[in-house]
Formats: sequence, C-alpha cells, structure tokens
Amino acid sequence: MGQFGIGQPVRRKEDIRLLTGKGRYTDDVHVDGQVWAAFVRSPHAHADIRGIDIAAALESPGVTHVFTGADLEAGGVQPLLYDLPFKDRNGKPMFKPARRILPTDRARFGGEPLALVLAETAEQAKAGAELVEIDFEPLPCVTSTARAGDPDAPVLYPEHGSNVAVHWENRAPDEIDALIAGAAHKVSVDLVNNRLVVAPMEPRCAVADYDAASDVITLYTPTQGIMTMQTAFAALLNIPKNKLRIVAQDVGGGFGIRSKRYPESIAVAWAAKKIGRPVKWRGDRSETFVSDYHGRDQVNHAVMGLDRDGRVLALRLETIVNVGGYCGDNGPRLPIDGGGRIIPCGYDIEKFYFSVKPVYTNTVPTDTYRGAGRPEANFIMERLMDAAADATGLSRIEVRRRNLIPTSKLPYRTQMDFVYDSGDFIGTMDMTVKEADWDGFAARRAESEKRGKLRGIGIASFVEQAGGRPTEEMRVKLEADGSATVYAGTFSHGQGHETVYAQMVEDFLGIPFDQVKLVQGDSDTTPVGGIGTFGSRSSMMGGVAIRRSCNQIIIKGKRIAAHLLQAEESQVRFEEGLFKVNVSSVSIQEVARAAADPSKLPEGMKAGLDENYLFEREPDAMNFPNGCHICEVEVDPDLGIVQIVKYTAVDDCGVVLNPLLVHGQVYGGVAQGIGQALTEDAVYDETSGQLLAGSFMDYGMPRAHHFPHMVAHFNESQPCKTNDLGVKGAGEAGACGAPPAFVSAVVDALSPYGVKHIDMPLTPERVWRAIADAKSKRAA
Amino acid sequence: MLDFTYHRPASVADAAKIVGEIEDAKLMAGGMTLIPTMKQRLASPSDIVDLGRIPELKGIRRDGADLVIGAMTRHADVASSALVREAIPALASLAGQIGDPAVRHRGTIGGSISNADPAADYPAGVVGLDAVVETNQRQIAADDFFTGLFDTALEPGEIVTGVRFRAPDAANYQKLRHPASGYAVVGVMVARFGSNIRVAITGAGPSVFRAMEMEAALSAKFAVESLAGVSIDAADLLSDMHASADYRAHVVGVLAKRAVAAIS
Ligand SMILES: Cc1cc2nc3c(=O)[nH]c(=O)nc-3n(C[C@H](O)[C@H](O)[C@H](O)COP(=O)(O)OP(=O)(O)OC[C@H]3O[C@@H](n4cnc5c(N)ncnc54)[C@H](O)[C@@H]3O)c2cc1C
Repeated sequence: MGQFGIGQPVRRKEDIRLLTGKGRYTDDVHVDGQVWAAFVRSPHAHADIRGIDIAAALESPGVTHVFTGADLEAGGVQPLLYDLPFKDRNGKPMFKPARRILPTDRARFGGEPLALVLAETAEQAKAGAELVEIDFEPLPCVTSTARAGDPDAPVLYPEHGSNVAVHWENRAPDEIDALIAGAAHKVSVDLVNNRLVVAPMEPRCAVADYDAASDVITLYTPTQGIMTMQTAFAALLNIPKNKLRIVAQDVGGGFGIRSKRYPESIAVAWAAKKIGRPVKWRGDRSETFVSDYHGRDQVNHAVMGLDRDGRVLALRLETIVNVGGYCGDNGPRLPIDGGGRIIPCGYDIEKFYFSVKPVYTNTVPTDTYRGAGRPEANFIMERLMDAAADATGLSRIEVRRRNLIPTSKLPYRTQMDFVYDSGDFIGTMDMTVKEADWDGFAARRAESEKRGKLRGIGIASFVEQAGGRPTEEMRVKLEADGSATVYAGTFSHGQGHETVYAQMVEDFLGIPFDQVKLVQGDSDTTPVGGIGTFGSRSSMMGGVAIRRSCNQIIIKGKRIAAHLLQAEESQVRFEEGLFKVNVSSVSIQEVARAAADPSKLPEGMKAGLDENYLFEREPDAMNFPNGCHICEVEVDPDLGIVQIVKYTAVDDCGVVLNPLLVHGQVYGGVAQGIGQALTEDAVYDETSGQLLAGSFMDYGMPRAHHFPHMVAHFNESQPCKTNDLGVKGAGEAGACGAPPAFVSAVVDALSPYGVKHIDMPLTPERVWRAIADAKSKRAA
Repeated sequence: MLDFTYHRPASVADAAKIVGEIEDAKLMAGGMTLIPTMKQRLASPSDIVDLGRIPELKGIRRDGADLVIGAMTRHADVASSALVREAIPALASLAGQIGDPAVRHRGTIGGSISNADPAADYPAGVVGLDAVVETNQRQIAADDFFTGLFDTALEPGEIVTGVRFRAPDAANYQKLRHPASGYAVVGVMVARFGSNIRVAITGAGPSVFRAMEMEAALSAKFAVESLAGVSIDAADLLSDMHASADYRAHVVGVLAKRAVAAIS
C-alpha cells in the first residue's frame, strides 16, 4: 500500500538527523556537577596483584575519589555470573568462574579495568589514574587459541587446573568416525576464524546520575536493548529494577557487543550513587580496542566423508573457541547453541559429530559479533564443500547442489533441533550463478591473465538463524491528533527502525508515514517486555508485535466506529485507514480523536487507542535467512594483493520490508565479512600477551576501495512461515556469505599453483607465500 | 593530553627563538603525528610552537632549475601542484599516495621528514631524488639527513624550512600500502639523472636507504633485466605483524622492477 508502505524503497527518516550532526549520543550527555571517570587498566596480560596503593592518586589535582574492587564489593556490587548450561559427556558442568567488576587479586588480560579514578575533569582523572600504584607480579601468559589447552600452557584459573572450560559434544563420535572411514571420499580442513576487534563507530561511554530523593540511578549508555540491560545491571548493582533507569538515544553501531554487560558501566553507575555526584566516563578508542568484547576467534578441524556420487555421509567437527580472560555473556555459547548450532547449515547431513572446547586465554573476552557463530559455521561448511568439490572432481556448484536441502524436504528438522520452515537453497544458488554470470567467467579470467592478473571466482551458500530470545513487546499508541507513536522494546542503533516501523504503521493502520513517531531508549517508557535488537530479530519479533498491536487497535477502533456510525460492530470493515459500514465511513484519525473523548465512546470503554502486544513465538518458530554470494577477485601474483572485482549476492530474507534498508544491511554485512577475510586481525604477541593490532594505525578496517560496485538481489519466493509478516532476519547474512565466497575466489585464482586454502585474513604476504610455497613444492 | 602553552610565531626567527629558549618546546606542523602522541600521553611538551602561520614556510616555487617546497606545504598541495606535476610527476604521485585525504590535507613535507617515520613516503622521495633539506641554519644533503629510526641530522631546535629538489630525467615511485594506516610497507623511488641512477627504499628498513647494488646495475644498463640477479638482504629489514623481512625483501625487488619498467 502506498508509496511509504511495506516493500517500498523508502529513504531513512533518521538520516537527516544523523548525517547533520543532530544525533544525540551518550557523549552528548552532560549532567551538571558531573565528575569524570578514568579506569586504571592492567598493563600486563597476566599478573597477580599484590596490592593497590591509591594514596598518590588521591593527592593528584582535581581527583575526588579512587575506588577499587574492594570498595565496589563492600557496596554490594555483584560479580558477573554466567548462565551457560554446558556439560561434558560425563555430565560435568562447564567451568565458568565469576568475573569481578574490578578484580583486586589477579589481572587476566591487558586492558582489564582494575581501579576507578574520579576527578573534576577528564584529564585530571587520567592523570590520577597514572598515579594509582599497583604492585603486580607478572605471570606467564597464553594468548593462542590452538595452544591454550596444551598441558604446559600457563593456566588462568589454577583452581580449575586447565584452560579448557568444558569439552562439549553433541554425541559420541564412533558411528560418525566409522562412516567417514568407510567413505569413498574423505576431505578435511583446518581453519582459523580470526579474532576481530568489533570497533563500532561510537566508543563506549557511560554517564550515571543519582537522584537521592527517588533513590534512582539514571544510567546513560549505548545499548542494544534497554530492558535487558536494566534487568542485568540492576542485579549487578544489587538494587531493585525500578531504582535503575537506562537511557540511550542514538547509538553508533552495536554488532552484538553492545548488548553485553560491561564492568565499566557498572562501576560508573555504582560510583554516582556512592559519591552523590553524576559520573561520566568516555572510553577512548584505545580503550575500546582492549575492553570492548572481541569477536570470533576459533580454530576448527573438520572431516567429512562423501559417497562416490559426492553426497555427504558424515561430518566430524572439532572447534576450539578462545573466550579470553573471562567467559563473556555469550562467548562459549556461540559455537555451541548460539549461532554454531546452525551446523551443518544448508546441507542435508544427518550424521555429524560436533565438539567444542571453549578455552580461557590472556586476551580480551570474546562475545557475539555480527552473526554470532553462524559466520564461523558457514565458513567451515563452505570450505569443506570446496574441498569436497576438489576431491570428487565435481564442480563447486554441483557438489553443493547434491547436498543442499531441497525445498521439497521442508520443513526440515536438523540434528541440532532447528526446524527450517522455508527456503529455496538450490534455487537461490542458481539465481546467484546466473546473476554473477558464472558461465562467462572463463572469458573474464583470460582477459585478466592478459594483464598479468590471476582471476578467481568463489561461491558460498549459507543458512543462518535469526531471532534470539523468544519474546518481544511493542506498543502502538494513536494520539488524539491522528498521529501514531510506536514505543519499541527493540532498539535501533543504526538499522533504520524509525523508517521501517513507520512503513508498517502506515501499511497496517493507514496513518501517514511522516505521522508515525518512534519512541525508544528509555526504561521509563519502553514496554516492560522489551528485549532489544540483536540476532536480526527486530522485524520478525518487534514487527510482529507491532502488527498485533495494530490488530488490537483495529478491533477496538471497529467498536468505536460502530458507535460513531450507529452500526453493529460486525458490520464494520477496516480498509486503508477507513472504518466502513456500507457507504459511510470514519477515518482512523477521527476514531482516534473520538477515542480520546470518553463522551464519544461506547458505555464502559476505556479512553484512548493505545495497545501493546507481548509477542511470544512458538519454540520451533525459528527463522532462517539464507542466501548465496559469489565473489570474483583479481590477484597480483607478484605481490599477493587481492582486489575484489565483482560481488553478487542473492539473499532470501523472506518478505522485504524496505529494499533500501535491506541492501544496506547486506552491504554492511559483506563489508564486515570481507574485513575479516581480507584485512582485519586482532593479533596478540604470544610472549608479552600485548595486543599488537591495538589501534586503527595497525588494525586494518576494510575501506571503500576494497569494494567494487556490489549487486544485491533477493529471492522473495519463500516468505517465512513462522511469523505474521513473512520476514526473515537480514542483518547478519552478509557476514556469513562474504568470508567463504571470498576465500573460495582467491583459492580458485591460485588454483594453477595447486593452492587449497589460505587462512584469513588473506594479506598480501599470505597470498604471496601460498604461491611461493606451492611453486617450491612443485620444483622439489 | 596534558596542558601546554601554545605559541603561533609569525616568522622562522621567532619560532627558533622560542624553541631555543624553552627546553621542552616542540614544533608543530600539521600535528598529524604530534597530536596523537600527545593524546596518548607519549609526549607531553610544555610548549607547542605552531608553524602554521609562517608565510615563508609555505608554498612551492621554482628556483632556477630547482623546485623548492616549503616545509609547511601539505601533501595534498604537492600532489595537485601544477609545478610539481610538470617538473617531477613522481613526487606529486608520491604525495598523492600518502595516507588518506584527511592526512594529506593536514600533514606537511617538513613534518614528515623531521619525524622520519621508517614507513613514511617522503624520505624515499627526498633521498631518491637527491634533494637538499633546507633549515634555518644550513643545507643538508638528503643522504645525510636521515640517520636512523625516527632520527635525523636535525639539531635540537633546528627548523626545516623547505626541501630543494632538482628535476630528474625520469622518476617513478611504487608503494605497497599498509592495510590500516596507508603508510608504506615498502616504497621504492627510482630516479634517473643522466646515467646516474638512484634507488631509495622506505618502509622496508629502520630508515630510508639506497639500494646500491640496484643503482649500480641500473647505471650500467637502465632496464628491468638489470635487476634480475639483484636482491636485498632480508636480514637488514623490518619484520612485523603485517610483513616479514622476507616478504619485504621480495616486495622491494618487485616494486623496483615496476618503477624501472614505468620509466624505461
Ligand atoms: C592516519 C595516518 C596515516 C598516515 N599515512 C601516511 C602515509 O601513508 N605515508 C606517509 O608518508 N605518512 C603518513 N602519515 C604521516 C603524515 O603524512 C604526516 O606527514 C606526519 O604525520 C607528520 O605530520 P605533520 O606534518 O602534521 O607534522 P607534526 O605531527 O606536526 O610534527 C611531526 C614531528 O616533526 C616535527 N616538525 C614538524 N615540522 C617541523 C619543521 N619544519 N622542522 C623541524 N621539525 C618539525 C615536530 O616537532 C614533530 O616532532 C600518516 C599519518 C596518519 C595520522
């Protein structure tokens, strides 16, 4: 319906505000009388703390207070505990030590916050922080994912005796091993899913303001979900939920890590109440590098057996995930029942063994990052499929075609208990192959060769899962002036909810797009059942809750309209913003105005058209965005530089609410995926445990020049069957498709040399070395 | 960043006076390197002497056969200068490859060479083109100017006023960019002055250096084939997370050949 309805390429409402500097981020919040906070951070990757001397810092000009973990704990602050139910084969639960907000006994990663200094200015706080004397006894450290579990690796938690938190397995491996052993073809891959710095544009920030009269702490902080943060933080502060108000207006990027609990925010909130003055902390970019959760960081060993025809018989996968110095809210979960549960992705593989070892190391804890385990899972499956093509002699497309779950088999229950409701995996792949002109590749390769470049083409077919937690609450309120307000439990931090929710309300209620306002970001007004925005869930959860709130408005509206038109409620139809009875009608705006006036309402009806809906999806009602991406690259064989020259994406995200917004999500996801595969690498020095890529001078963010014009298409033939809107998630797909498609392309370019795999990121040196090694192997 | 006293002298003489009198004073050009180090509290000068409003440090001019680029000339101005493009297009190209647009519009040639970052581009240009660094006290030949990692022949308080270039018959600059900063992982300037060939390499070692064997081979015959047997010893080169010494040595060879090919 209409030019601003669902499905229309409506430009983002929020852009003018955000692009002209009118956004209001946490750092824009200043409260009268505020003091500034600075954190003392561990310079060591691993060290015992023998004492913390704050005397000199307290003497420093402008410093008002210095707090350590002892003060916080005496004040009732709770450590971070983790709700992670994993057990090993014998039922022994995972080792998941509590994380103290500011530890006083041991530091477990470089950058860990250890003390809080408050001062009149930010500079004074930093100067004071330099004067806090911590008596460290440095310990040997371990940063390597692969080696953390070695018997001689330094152990972070002596009480546990090993860095391996748990050895989780989905089943016993014997049957799988036997199937693989007897298979006609056997392929294996050893992969590194490199650690990433998430680097949202807005660094972390927290402003806390305590009101003694009401005993309420207001915490201004970037987030991805107001109410979840309120619940979690109130518990950590050991105060009732209604004594903590969370406020976030604009947030500059989330990518998963913003929905997590951070010690700094807790310390700041606690301190504001303790000292009775507002406290502000603005993390700088260097702090963001060493204190925001990192992403990914797995090593995987996978083996697959295939029959003579290239059909997969069984899969064995072993993953080690580096969770860093502490658990992280979701770190260990990601490869197990987080995103990693999507294994074996779009392929019809019933027999698989799947084992995960989360390991502690002296690094920044890892947690959810765009895709949260699904990019890693799809990367494994796609590298295996390329290996399978190589082993069987089938083309990369054919081996996928033979193993992808055909639409006729849906609904399809995976071994990990996901039910795929909809999707056309093979059709989507065929569309991509056609759009990318795969068949014309040979000619393009020949043309590149003339210019001394190696050209390669790569494909990745992926399935991911969206939705996260199973509930979400939204509220739609019609104002007496005929406009509408959406109070969201979700939280837009860049996605464009102001736009897409307005499109929905225009579509559902006929209220013009520009008269729909979004209210979010304040626990005083956010619906109590609000969860937030992560896991590509806002449309499929929040959108459905809006749809149903609007349905309730229509039901009540019909009763009011019937009253106004003196008709039976059952005679009233609602169409395009009008309540109609035969030839007469009243507009929804008139009904809204009447609703505000009790004298115009039927006996006993409560005034107002204001409905909220707590949507709870069925346990099986999951959501499986999927797609196929094809990447084409040119490699300069002398230097190893890779340039992407063509990128084609076909995504199935069900019904497309706004193609502009979804394209934005696809491009952004692809850019982050290519970042991981081409330039980004959070490298630690193994001896000192220092983060080597600790700034944008060393950490390679992807740049515009890395990308060609990208073409994104949709396969809209398969609306999601488990929600009212037919939508599937769209936020994380790009990050799933890009790394495997890119690596496949580079390996294809290097196929004349017999190169089979290169670990991410594919830096010029790695690519050059792969060629050089292959050449010398041939010569030998 | 710690507090400091800010000065904005109008002449080189005034600037020299301030840095001569105040021990902890620091000259500031565009602040592209200086300010981040101060923000990270790695440097905390008591006084900052901003060279930004000194007319005599600005601009690009012809002086006979030479081209003199004032110390405060921004990279973007060198890259787009008609004079430079005509006389030494390789130098304009080098300036245009520095960092990103923001850096090119703040960073200066004087600041770049005074800072002597091992991965900076200009040192390869200055040494490769056999330029002369002019200061408020003397003239320093390029070969004598860069003395080591972040180290130059400048005396404390000495101010670079400009760089004097003579136009080569031909020159070409090739660079492998650092994935994050844009600095040179390796940069190679090849310049031909008659039969005299200069090859200057930045990014690869602790400081810019001339590849003497390459120069000799190319002086005998200026052709890509001349470089066939010549290699750079990796033992003298840098190794870091982005590139090993081996790879850098290899890249020097490839880039040198490309530079020669471009002007043969
Ligand atoms: C993100 C980023 C990317 C970059 N990428 C590149 C790149 O690709 N290639 C490259 O070559 N460079 C690069 N640079 C460096 C940049 O080009 C500048 O040249 C360099 O930072 C110096 O900056 P500036 O001229 O503003 O000098 P400042 O930072 O102001 O000063 C630097 C130093 O030189 C001293 N100094 C300045 N002027 C004089 C003078 N006239 N006489 C004596 N001493 C002086 C100062 O006291 C200070 O110690 C990059 C920098 C950044 C921040």
